[in-house]
Amino acid sequence: MDDKTVVVRDLVKDFPGVRAIDHLSFEVAPGEIFGIVGPDGAGKTTTMRILAGVLAPDAGSASVAHCDVVADPEGVKHLISYMPQRFGLYEDLTVDENIRFYADLFGVRRKDREARAAELLKACGMSEFRARQAGKLSGGMKQKLGLVCALIHTPRVLLLDEPTNGVDPVSRREFWAMLYSLVGQGVTVVNSTAYLDEAERCHRVALLHQGRLLFCDSPARLKSRLQGSVVSIVSSEARRVRDELAAAEGVSSVVLVGDAVHLFVDDADRRIRDLSARLTGRQIPFDEIVRVTPTIEDLFVEAVRKDATRVAA
Amino acid sequence: MTHVSGNSVEVEKLVKRFGDFTAVDHISFQTRTGEVFGFLGPNGSGKSTTIRILCGLLHPTSGRAIVAGYDVVESPELIRRNIGYMSQKFSLYADLTVFENLRFYAGMYGVPAADLRGRIDWALEMAGLRGRESSLTGTLAGGWKQRLALGCAVLHRPPILFLDEPTSGVDPLSRRLFWELIQQMSSEGVTIFVSTHYMDEAEYCNRLALMNSGKLIALGTPTELKLGSIHGSLLLLECDRLGDAIERVRRFDGVRDVAVFGNALHLVVSDAAIAPAIRTALEADRIPVTDLKVIRPSLEDAFVALTTRRADDAVAEISP
Repeated sequence: MDDKTVVVRDLVKDFPGVRAIDHLSFEVAPGEIFGIVGPDGAGKTTTMRILAGVLAPDAGSASVAHCDVVADPEGVKHLISYMPQRFGLYEDLTVDENIRFYADLFGVRRKDREARAAELLKACGMSEFRARQAGKLSGGMKQKLGLVCALIHTPRVLLLDEPTNGVDPVSRREFWAMLYSLVGQGVTVVNSTAYLDEAERCHRVALLHQGRLLFCDSPARLKSRLQGSVVSIVSSEARRVRDELAAAEGVSSVVLVGDAVHLFVDDADRRIRDLSARLTGRQIPFDEIVRVTPTIEDLFVEAVRKDATRVAA
Repeated sequence: MTHVSGNSVEVEKLVKRFGDFTAVDHISFQTRTGEVFGFLGPNGSGKSTTIRILCGLLHPTSGRAIVAGYDVVESPELIRRNIGYMSQKFSLYADLTVFENLRFYAGMYGVPAADLRGRIDWALEMAGLRGRESSLTGTLAGGWKQRLALGCAVLHRPPILFLDEPTSGVDPLSRRLFWELIQQMSSEGVTIFVSTHYMDEAEYCNRLALMNSGKLIALGTPTELKLGSIHGSLLLLECDRLGDAIERVRRFDGVRDVAVFGNALHLVVSDAAIAPAIRTALEADRIPVTDLKVIRPSLEDAFVALTTRRADDAVAEISP
């Protein structure tokens, strides 16, 4: 028997005119926060809907908490909680009334639900908003209420489809703190996001592009795959820096980011010496030149570029 | 006002009240010609209200705002002709073709008939949509839609361009292409005013203004905000038994905040010199430490630190 909580094998889903998921395979271990990461149209929502048993794949298999979601889509529903992008909160009901509604829906016993609701509301800092109408909550609070409703029963696997979309950074951190504490209680979390910086918070991520899996690994190991390194130069004349160094030896690409220029180079230590000498020679001022850790976005861009070159060839 | 320029946004002691609620509370700032100016803030911070005032859609309660040389109260209709506005989510008609969308916006912005063909050609070229003029907009991939929306917003050559979360959800390659176009416009002197709460968009701005509870709480370059936001240092801690480690470091004297990042923790400490003592304390509790080092705060760390700082703390006017 497999000890993995989620097992996806060779999953395919076609919609008219588009292959939404193209032979996707991955596994999620118990107690992991697993991220399905990619831009709009990458196949994130389709994957989540298949895992939740609300959409049947065209080929391949998927099991969640040892339940085959293709053969038994109803069986999986009491093992999971699924929070779709537009979670059905009733805007004209209060926070408490929404929670009660979902507790009824999930068949949570009355004696259990009050303590559970109080604990969850406290964890997300919403205890004093219990009588407020859901429609009058901020975007971040609505997302947190959605999570509370989804967790009012105790699922083994939590499926969250872009839970932090439109949520500001402060609420986003609170949301993540809740996820980490759930994992501490033995829940496995699969969440999807279009924000590549959010991938850094997951234990492992599947990076998706146009229905295909680019990579599946921990954020640290993903970043170590990137060949070469990134050098950041902070300058009040960032545009001059970019124009001067774009074609310099060992520099493969240049991106202007705010008050800095990011250069992808073959060898950071060596190039930092050459590049700073060149800027000094041209009397282009800069405040700082340092090697920075590449981001998941850098990896994604590299991978998609390589893929495009391969397809073109 | 120090001066009035055709491509800047100048805001002085701007206030907007709704009943007894103050949405915008005496904010002042001024953009520089041709800069990419980021306007950030959590939901409910007064960000959207300010932008509606700047676009001439809402009257301020008091204070002044001059956009593209026009006062928002006196000449709102002139402002709307002299700015471009793009929000990726809402601005295109999905059931119109690419060409029809461009023609619609050209009409709305009053592009002269003599310029029309040339401007539409320019926009098609810029967006990489030549040959797709008769495609239905709804069928375009995200990156194309976004560049079309940008084209529509600048058909009338506005000196100021407002962007509202322009690249959320777009794939990273298209997003980089988009920002290259924006950088190009800004180098030609167009002032770009970006409102967002996505930090990856904020990174592309030359200067950032941060709103919270109706007030402007910080103004500076991304690097200035990162370095100036956290009083103290930020430590990265990698260790086993993360859950136990969180409990232990929270109780540690001098640790002000703890956030989990995947397999690591970010600790805000008043002084980086306490790092060895933290390591010793964790190891005394049999929590092996793999890594503990000072890291530079990300823009998100800065945002969170600045917006959650208590009200009695000094306002961080970081820019000189």
